[in-house]
Amino acid sequence: MASNETVILDSAGIGRALTRIAHEILERNKGTEGLVLIGIRSGGDHLARILGQRITQIEGEKIPLGTIDITMYRDDLGSRGSLPLGKTEIPFPLDGRKVVLIDDVLFTGRTIRAAMDALVDIGRPKNIQLATLIDRGHRELPIRADYVGRNVPTSREEKILVEFAADNNPVEVRLVKP
Amino acid sequence: MSILIKGGRVIDPANGIDDTLDLLIQEGCIAQVGKNLNAAGAEVIDAAGLLVTPGLIDMHVHLRDPGQEYKEDIVSGTKAAVAGGFTSVACMPNTNPINDNKAVTRYIVEKAKAEGVANVFPIGSITKGLKGETLSEMGDLKDAGCVALSDDGRPVSDGEIMRRAFEYAKPFNLPLISHAEDLSLIGEGVMNDGFVATELGLKGVPWVAEDAATARDVMLAEFTGARLHVAHVSTKGSVEIVRAAKKRGVKVTCEATPHHFTLTEEAVRGYDTNAKMNPPLRTAEDVAALRQGLADGTVDAIATDHAPHHLDEKNVEFNVALNGIVGLETALPLSLALVRDGVFSLVDMVTKLTVAPARILGIPRGTLSVGVVADVTLIDPELKWTVEAAKLHSKSKNTPFNGWNIQGAAVRTIVGGKVVYQR
Amino acid sequence: MSFRHKHILGTEQLSREDIELILDTAESLREINSREIKKVPTLRGKTIVNLFYEASTRTRTSFEIAGKRLSADTINMTASTSSVTKGETLEDTAKNIQAMKPDIIVMRHSASGAPHYLAQRVDCSIINAGDGAHEHPSQALLDLLTIRQRKGRLEGLTVAIVGDITHSRVARSDLYAMTKMGMKVRFCGPGTMVPPGIERLGAEVFTDMDDAVRDADVVMMLRIQLERQGKTLLPTLREYARLYGLNPARLALAKSDVIVMHPGPLNRGVEISSYVANGSRSVILNQVENGVAVRMALLYLVAGGDHSEA
Repeated sequence: MASNETVILDSAGIGRALTRIAHEILERNKGTEGLVLIGIRSGGDHLARILGQRITQIEGEKIPLGTIDITMYRDDLGSRGSLPLGKTEIPFPLDGRKVVLIDDVLFTGRTIRAAMDALVDIGRPKNIQLATLIDRGHRELPIRADYVGRNVPTSREEKILVEFAADNNPVEVRLVKP
Repeated sequence: MSILIKGGRVIDPANGIDDTLDLLIQEGCIAQVGKNLNAAGAEVIDAAGLLVTPGLIDMHVHLRDPGQEYKEDIVSGTKAAVAGGFTSVACMPNTNPINDNKAVTRYIVEKAKAEGVANVFPIGSITKGLKGETLSEMGDLKDAGCVALSDDGRPVSDGEIMRRAFEYAKPFNLPLISHAEDLSLIGEGVMNDGFVATELGLKGVPWVAEDAATARDVMLAEFTGARLHVAHVSTKGSVEIVRAAKKRGVKVTCEATPHHFTLTEEAVRGYDTNAKMNPPLRTAEDVAALRQGLADGTVDAIATDHAPHHLDEKNVEFNVALNGIVGLETALPLSLALVRDGVFSLVDMVTKLTVAPARILGIPRGTLSVGVVADVTLIDPELKWTVEAAKLHSKSKNTPFNGWNIQGAAVRTIVGGKVVYQR
Repeated sequence: MSFRHKHILGTEQLSREDIELILDTAESLREINSREIKKVPTLRGKTIVNLFYEASTRTRTSFEIAGKRLSADTINMTASTSSVTKGETLEDTAKNIQAMKPDIIVMRHSASGAPHYLAQRVDCSIINAGDGAHEHPSQALLDLLTIRQRKGRLEGLTVAIVGDITHSRVARSDLYAMTKMGMKVRFCGPGTMVPPGIERLGAEVFTDMDDAVRDADVVMMLRIQLERQGKTLLPTLREYARLYGLNPARLALAKSDVIVMHPGPLNRGVEISSYVANGSRSVILNQVENGVAVRMALLYLVAGGDHSEA
């Protein structure tokens, strides 16, 4: 690890945060009825899978899991070039569902805006909730997470890296100073 | 008014001269050629390091006058000629009206005399209207000043008509200049048929279109005993056909253009319409055969097929662009490049640009013999320059050589004893 | 990696990596085409002009749908082929369109090289939707996508392309793209319809269709222009169908999992029998479906690309 990096959450810490979020989701939604998890590529989709496992462990119920790629909904085409596209896989209807959108790091809120636009193009959920492992502040849009693993005050120039292992399980979260 | 050209390398193939000599021009004619000449009152030109040759002759140009003066006219065309070192040009009959009658011939001759800066020798059509149906009045055309006959660009398809043309032209001793292409084999072709055409998705003109027509016309010349000159030979096969015919004693001569001995079909890549001409640019093998033909004398003359076209006729999709390029102002350096490449000697080059075409056309030009009209070209064979299409003297700028760095240029062109161009 | 081409003039210009990126992008975009709301906002505010000098309902429609699904404003312009003597020149058309500031021009023209001509004269991106007998890159890319979906790979597959190779822009674009992807390409057609030197571009040439089809993984039939019958290239369609038509017996010579392709529109009973066109090996409609995804991918990549190496 480079000298300008600090681990702010290790594997166990991530596990605990996700377990807590799973409980909060169940509590707020009074169980799994109509609940679906949708992870934002890439990062959020891995976390969504783990959250889904936790919820199954707690409630004994499997809940639908989807992933969404928001590249086509970005508002910065041209300034960033054509980014490689991931696949959107939501193999169930969204209409009337309670959607928990999952991202790894919440920053400006633009990704969440794009994800919500994408979701409403695919269907009409009953509501959309937002879960994030890290909220680092600096919002540019009126967006707030419903479930947060850890709030991390950062400067704009700093970076948050969520590292995943080859099996897509999260390893640690690091703060990188410029 | 006298001009004394001192200390140049005088190359006069007709008289077997290649030596450092002085040349005196008096009253528009060659007065003396020799060492250490003096002439009181003569304008002295120091020609040290320069070649002094008979004025170059381009036996194949399109002056577009009358009828298409927006492309070129006799004034601009002869200006381009002298800038390229040419003192005489022979112009093809595909004007509007077509030069198939003495009135048009006279117009060309008169206008050239009055306004042109170089000598213009008209070529009349073989058939009326270039239609390949009825013979032109060849006697009239000759009397009016035509030096040869050709249906250039619209070759005579009908074998019977071509046979009769040879027979009819023979007593006038006018050569028939054949643009040898079988039109039915050209079809809708727009470039050489082959690999590059396949890659570019363009329709091809196969070499057999030229070879078949060359063979037919050579056979007809042999059959009739009349004179044939094959224009712009571009294929290996045609060179071989002419070579074999010459061996048999057929009265056949032929010419090659600088673009055909310099460029290959590769120049078409990028769909450059300035690489579109008829016959098309061929393969490297054909270029090599053409150079061999120039070296061994099969190819008698270098001619440009100077074909001016307006920007609007070239700045279009490749398959609708008109055929041809301007050539008068780039022919000399491209020919000199062959000398540097060892294809032929400097004397051979001068022959093919002077006395050879003069003899084919039967015009009293192409030598520096004492007493003849003083058409003289002074050439700096080393001068390096860059072709800039916009700066060409021709009205049209359709050259594939734009931006080329080339070597050698006419630095003074003298027509009838007068300096008409100075670089 | 990012996409560095400003224009898509042919598959000749594309690298293997470019082709993989286009196919992967198209694969991702197929999902949008199965949604109820088949639209994403990606190219909102971008203007795409479909400039078609040749009638081509299906390619034009495919590009138009692709543009609309990406929320671009797509405008169709059909024009008659220009000539020196009549009509507006291509350059004037180009300048006029340029003045309207489009982001992408999708161009179909009967003259080989016309899109290259336009690309030199306008600032926007040009996508070649077919030029003369030269290239038709989006068709080749949708062919590859269809093959990859069915076969799971491209490398090592043998494709037999049968028909009028000389006049086919599809054949050329497929040849460039397929050889880059490590596929073997066989061309087969009457002697009058196989262009000189094509084997130098990497194709194996066959005159007997049975030999061409034998053990092939993919058989692609090209559309024969019916008006060529009775002219110099072709005596009759009857004989053409007998020698170069794809029927079940001939198809049986290919591998058992062969797929049959055709860029359309079909001449049933001429180059392809209805038994084959409608049969289980046919992926002709998948090609059409993939056409929209591939064209969306091209529009997306060109619109957002980093053109530093255009």
